[in-house]
Amino acid sequence: MRLVISMAAGLLFGLGLTVSGMTDTAKVQGWLDLFGNWDPTLAFVLGGAILPMLLAWRIADRRETAVLGTPIPARSEPVIDRKLLAGSALFGFGWALVGLCPGPAMAVLGYGGTGAIIFFAAMATGMFGYGRIAT
Amino acid sequence: MISSDWIYGLIGGLMIGSAAALYLLVSGRIMGASGLLGGLIDGTGRANLAERALFIAGVIGAPLIYGALFGFPETNLTTNLALLVIGGLVVGVGTRMANGCTSGHGVCGISRFSLRGIVATFAYLFAGFATMAVLRPWLGVV
Repeated sequence: MRLVISMAAGLLFGLGLTVSGMTDTAKVQGWLDLFGNWDPTLAFVLGGAILPMLLAWRIADRRETAVLGTPIPARSEPVIDRKLLAGSALFGFGWALVGLCPGPAMAVLGYGGTGAIIFFAAMATGMFGYGRIAT
Repeated sequence: MISSDWIYGLIGGLMIGSAAALYLLVSGRIMGASGLLGGLIDGTGRANLAERALFIAGVIGAPLIYGALFGFPETNLTTNLALLVIGGLVVGVGTRMANGCTSGHGVCGISRFSLRGIVATFAYLFAGFATMAVLRPWLGVV
């Protein structure tokens, strides 16, 4: 059942990324181009995605466990450290360079050609490398 | 922006949020793309490897099904090798260092009013806006 839900969530996430236009790097870079030809689409995507999750957290935070028995993830300690800020800044920099964040980088992997594969491979290398250094 | 784009954005966004809600309420997991993938790559997610792999298979598979039915959407991906490699590396390192990206910190964090999620989102948006403002002429933005 767990595996079915994982696949279903992945499929719906991938479909949402495609329908919303977030797999189009021109749209994402257009959103970041605040002082140029600004494209507000991403605000609607983020807003639309937050709505169901507001409701989901209201339900989840009143329960101990999810339907399949796993504990509801604990709230993170409200600690703002250098890793959070530096990591997010690095991410924002790379996001602007190409217009892909990790979700869309996976979504375009099957049809985005060589460029999509190169970006994904570099991203995976970065993730692996950081994991090696951090642990 | 073509006027209907925001409607598709909103509909797609609702799908993304529904996927995250399903994963949270049924499986008890945070739907964060960088965390689910990163844990698979660096070995920290060994305990639920199959769940992660199937989630990712879904993310890759859904656009292929969509494309076969309705045609593949444009990616407008840069062909500049240096941008692809540097961008990918930095996104990989940054999202693991910050422990989240647009889906985990942005969608799942903000909706729980998580301080870390909100601060991270401000930080990557600010960095993204600043990068674009400075480097726009060299990025081949359409």
